[in-house]
Amino acid sequence: MLRRALRLRLGPCLSGRGLGTYRGGSTLDWDGKVSKIKKKFQSIFPGGAWSPLYDTSHLPPERSDVVIVGGGVLGLSVAYWLKRLEKQQGAIQVLVVERDHTYARASTVLSVGGIRQQFSLPENVQLSLFSAEFLRNINEYLAVVDDPPLDLQFNPSGYLLLASEEGAAIMERNVKMQRQEGAKVCLMSPEQLQKKFPWINTEGVALASYGLENEGWFDPWCLLQGLRRKLQSMGVLFCQGEVTRFISSSSHMETASGEQVTLKRIHEVHVKMDHSQEFQPVECAIVVNAAGAWSGQIAELAGVGTGPPGTMQGTKLPVEPRKRYVYLWHCPQGPGLEAPLVADPSGAYFRREGLGNSYLGSCSPTEEEPDPGNLEVDYDFFQEKVWPRLAQRVPAFETLKVRSAWAGYYDYNTFDQNGVVGPHPLVINMYFATGFSGHGLQQAPAVGRAVAEMMLEGHFQTINLSPFLFGRFYFGEKAQEHCIL
Amino acid sequence: MAAPRASLRLVAPVWNRGTSGIRGLSKAVDPEGSQRKGRTLLQFLTDRFYDVEAVREYLLQKQVLKVQKKNRFRDREWMRANEQGLSSLEFRKLQEVPVEAVDASGCAINYQGLDNLLALKELQSLSLRRCPHMDDWCLGRLYHLADSLQELSLASCPRISERGLACLHHLQNLRRLDISDLPAVSNPGLTQILVEEMLPHCEVLGADWAQGLKVGPEEQSPDAAGSPIPA
Repeated sequence: MLRRALRLRLGPCLSGRGLGTYRGGSTLDWDGKVSKIKKKFQSIFPGGAWSPLYDTSHLPPERSDVVIVGGGVLGLSVAYWLKRLEKQQGAIQVLVVERDHTYARASTVLSVGGIRQQFSLPENVQLSLFSAEFLRNINEYLAVVDDPPLDLQFNPSGYLLLASEEGAAIMERNVKMQRQEGAKVCLMSPEQLQKKFPWINTEGVALASYGLENEGWFDPWCLLQGLRRKLQSMGVLFCQGEVTRFISSSSHMETASGEQVTLKRIHEVHVKMDHSQEFQPVECAIVVNAAGAWSGQIAELAGVGTGPPGTMQGTKLPVEPRKRYVYLWHCPQGPGLEAPLVADPSGAYFRREGLGNSYLGSCSPTEEEPDPGNLEVDYDFFQEKVWPRLAQRVPAFETLKVRSAWAGYYDYNTFDQNGVVGPHPLVINMYFATGFSGHGLQQAPAVGRAVAEMMLEGHFQTINLSPFLFGRFYFGEKAQEHCIL
Repeated sequence: MAAPRASLRLVAPVWNRGTSGIRGLSKAVDPEGSQRKGRTLLQFLTDRFYDVEAVREYLLQKQVLKVQKKNRFRDREWMRANEQGLSSLEFRKLQEVPVEAVDASGCAINYQGLDNLLALKELQSLSLRRCPHMDDWCLGRLYHLADSLQELSLASCPRISERGLACLHHLQNLRRLDISDLPAVSNPGLTQILVEEMLPHCEVLGADWAQGLKVGPEEQSPDAAGSPIPA
């Protein structure tokens, strides 16, 4: 079954390259083996480096079938579906490597937590619909014996996207597509909008789309903890450490058109422990890159993008961290309990938080990107960019008081702002589940299932995510997502 | 857990009558407390004796048969399915008449089951009291009934919270809403105020808004009432 997983990609290479020829280091390398055995004996004997009573319980295991780099919601979702879809219970050993067990900089827990189906690509709508169904039945999916049920604190208030004159035609087309996929979205004219939500100023709004069901926001921390708990009960191993190196082997192949390519296969992942130089080489069959904002670095370690530019080998993973702020303010006369998550055409958005007239909101920067080196909050950005736009849309927000703010990363796909899933064409046992540019949390359950299906069956079974494969960066086929917040 | 509690109510008095004088006194002073003691005694015995458990099951079954779905058609009285679960022959003649009111109290209706209720386009009154599987996601579907629904009761549903109540703003024709005794709502008084603001034409029954507020002896000054409530 794992062999099938390894054989999955039909790239531009000659098929009929059976598994027998596919070993990185040759097994007939006697000299190398003998010297290795000699070294081992030397370390065992007195005076050598090996101590039999050394405690290795904090280290990850020496081998694992699948190593998932990144313990955020996407990584845990892939692990969950792998264990759920495996043909025999206990067949696949999964190790999740997470650098920071406090999740202090992880995008999952710093997220605003929204889920919507109002996207411009049908695949995104399907992903989000399945994830909504997953969240609705989360206590059936993630049930653990003797543990209390999860309460996601889901607010089914919906999303309200506003469009100006230029965007109205695109919005209408998008809504038509979303309804065909099964999302419950309705279009509203400015008059209907004014009647339904009297606190909105409809100046400049030509059309609005309002999600009626399966849209809203929830608590991402709860989802993460629920997944962790369930994974621990399913036998997935967790390790706190940082991936510093991949040991891989290459083989040179010729494509059908006579071009030379180098196929790489990762054999070992070096996991370095926190605050020490100690590392554990973990032998693995498959590596999943779910490192979020740092996926680009992990991909570089694996050799993705090291090659002449303009070739598949030279195509880097275009995912980089982008810093986004979220501000929490209080406004005593603000919109009431019925307020959905409102997104202005200018890019500013807000939603209610709790019962006490507090609101969360922000805006994605259009001109200058803040420095992603740290997670410091810039309150001037709120004063200059966010507040004026919100106050123009909701006049009650002219008097408000900022209570607090935080910053988090988007794993931003600079190519087309949509996720990257599936295997790499050349580093054949590295799978991606990253690059979702701000809508990763709401698609995580469905993406996890898609990647697990790709790993186990070799193709997507339930939702076809072929537009999201890595190859599109080389071929230039953009799967552009227009509705991002 | 509503139904088993109902059966307890039937059986607990039997036990309490047999208690000694001091216990009887304590019941007069604190009826809740002795009921609780009665319940734990009953639970203790049920765990240990099969025949006590059998008696409880039997009484529970009798109680459950009483709680059944009732429908009311236009211009007619409530109709209820009889003991075997079948309705009278009159039922079939009423296929074209629109259903006006549904009483689904205590029913184990869930998200998918609501499909049947939401298809009733002329429904005016819906009672979902004590439904154990009604939660916030289900409330998000009620907007289908916005044109006709005038009366809605969600009392004592254990899974409904204030986040689900926010979806009720679609039901602009609602005139009576009962949101009393919702254990999952964190702040019933404040929720009541917010729901009343959200549905201005509706009469909202539920928690008393002053519940949870402590009024001191001097604290009726007008400026305290006038200033905005800080979060």
